Amino acid sequence: MKKTLKAALAGLAISTAMSTAAMAEDIKVGILLPYSGVFAALAQDIDDAFVLGLETFGPEAGVTFDLVREDTEVKPPVGLAKTKKLILQDEVDVLIGVVSSGVLGAIRDTVDGAGVPLIVANAGNDEATGEACSPFITRISFSNQQVNRPMGKWMVDQGVKKVFTIAPDYAAGRQMIDAFTAAFTAAGGEVVGQEWPPFQKTQDFGPFLANAKASGADAVYVFFAGGEAISFVKQYDSFGMKADLPLYGSGFLTSSLYVNAQGPAAEGVITALHYVPTLDNPENAALVAAFKAKTGRIPSEYAVHGYDSARALVEAVKAGATDRASLAAALPKVSFTGPRGELRIDPATNNIVQPIHVYETVAGADGLTQKVLATLPAEADPVNGCVMPAAVN
Amino acid sequence: MTADLGFWVLQTLNALQLSMLLFLLSVGLTVIFGLMHFVNLAHGSLYAFGAYMAASLAGVLGYWGGFLLAPLAVAALGAVLYFTLIRSQRRAGPMAQVLITFGLIFVAVDATRLIWGDLPIGIAVPAVFEGQLALLGVTYPIYRLFIIALGLAVLAVLTLVLTRTQVGAMIRAGVDNDQMAACLGINVERMFFLVFVVGCALAGLAGAVAAPVLSVTPDMGLQILIPTLIVIVIGGLGSLKGAVAGSLIFGFVQTFGAVLLPTFNSVLIYALLAAVLVIRPEGLLPAKG
Repeated sequence: MKKTLKAALAGLAISTAMSTAAMAEDIKVGILLPYSGVFAALAQDIDDAFVLGLETFGPEAGVTFDLVREDTEVKPPVGLAKTKKLILQDEVDVLIGVVSSGVLGAIRDTVDGAGVPLIVANAGNDEATGEACSPFITRISFSNQQVNRPMGKWMVDQGVKKVFTIAPDYAAGRQMIDAFTAAFTAAGGEVVGQEWPPFQKTQDFGPFLANAKASGADAVYVFFAGGEAISFVKQYDSFGMKADLPLYGSGFLTSSLYVNAQGPAAEGVITALHYVPTLDNPENAALVAAFKAKTGRIPSEYAVHGYDSARALVEAVKAGATDRASLAAALPKVSFTGPRGELRIDPATNNIVQPIHVYETVAGADGLTQKVLATLPAEADPVNGCVMPAAVN
Repeated sequence: MTADLGFWVLQTLNALQLSMLLFLLSVGLTVIFGLMHFVNLAHGSLYAFGAYMAASLAGVLGYWGGFLLAPLAVAALGAVLYFTLIRSQRRAGPMAQVLITFGLIFVAVDATRLIWGDLPIGIAVPAVFEGQLALLGVTYPIYRLFIIALGLAVLAVLTLVLTRTQVGAMIRAGVDNDQMAACLGINVERMFFLVFVVGCALAGLAGAVAAPVLSVTPDMGLQILIPTLIVIVIGGLGSLKGAVAGSLIFGFVQTFGAVLLPTFNSVLIYALLAAVLVIRPEGLLPAKG
């Protein structure tokens, strides 16, 4: 009798685990990252830091987190198929990840329709927390406009009146530069010229640099990332332009992830970003020490996205969330002080609100490092056509 | 801007620099094709391998160590490829060759990711070529002038070898008609091997000189492949002159298109390619008259 009861209970437990999303003490997390393809290094940073974040803050939540990883390959159709697999087959409670804005655009309707909360840990396209916003999508990383807008006024305040802009010709490049130029001209600056080299087809920026040099600008403001950022910064320096025409930009240009590949060419470049590893606060000191101990690397802005995503998830669970619906309701309400400073989520768009740090790349003891010049106050993005349903539940 | 002479000088130098880089790549590919009728789509991967080797060796031996050894390393890899895949597929027809070398591209991309990681690498310009030079009213990076000079030097050596030496005459005979050349007692097989390995070494050299200017990324071989193919199709398959002409046309159209007609830039070179294919399908300066 006892035996049968035990077996029945075990059977009941198994069937419950399989039929419902998960038990209360068990949160199933689907991680959607491009483990292969051009963004694999970013994915690794996000994943490592997410795991570190769960190890650091997870015990406070009193639940176990089961992780299911899927590779988006930076391809929207693959990302969509993997999202469906995580939602329907693995029945995850929450999704985190998405590096590419293209993949985020592709999975948005599925996530929204299925009512599964998604913590965006990188993709910065403005629409995701603008006209395509969803009560189920909470962005913990950044938006393209957020990182660039504050630099417009700051540069005018520093006496820069005329700029020339260069950025790759694709959605993110346009959004970053447009946000900057809008703020820059509103503050009284003038954009004297713009170049939009074809995205991922330009290896030699020489032709564009010549135009910038001839434009009569006080400074050049650019956005590039990854391999293009390295080529651009090195070529800018090789033409001897840094002395007469200082280089400013979106902080991804000289990301700590690859700034050492740029070498001395990156010295003196001034950019703005939501996180640099040299921020002086106890939360960041803890992250840098723990991340270094775990991986041997310095945490990049991508790592901090993963780390804070884990923290946000833990905070939501601590607030009582147990399943898809309650997590979706709790995630936009989290706020905490992390390595980046004070973070909260804007209820109007579900986008993060965070301070932006202006930094200069300088030579340090071991390689290049970041000297923070100014911390610009947190500012919520304009709503941009986002209409949030009144209640999620 | 366009009335300023300096602008034209600067952009001409930019165009020449791009042309010479493409020339180093396309000359190997086009002669291999002309001689062996072998389509080697993995040629760009050899260029990437050259850049990675140069970047790694530069850390140990300095820039010049990488510059000299990277082409040799790529030539050695080329020799391995020749004996394992290329030779057995010589008579297999273009479809099998395209599939195999296309597959090699993906193998190469993932192999570089495994060995060197996903993050782009950069190396510094050698100390001798740091800085800029005032030239015809513009200041231009010395290293880029070095690339132009190197391309011209390679062009001069190849022209000399192909037109003035016995090996050159044998290669030309092989490109014209390999069966007849074999009948005349030329060891065509050995010549194929020589040309293939030299072509690979030139791709490696291109990678090594490009490494300080561009960033070294796993997909750089794929990015350069299409421009290289366009160059040899425009220039004419199998000919040195064609490779020169194709590289110059591509370099100038790309550079001046980017600054004068930015909106049409991506289309310009393809429009030109289409025009060449319609009007002169064999290319502008084909090897066989």
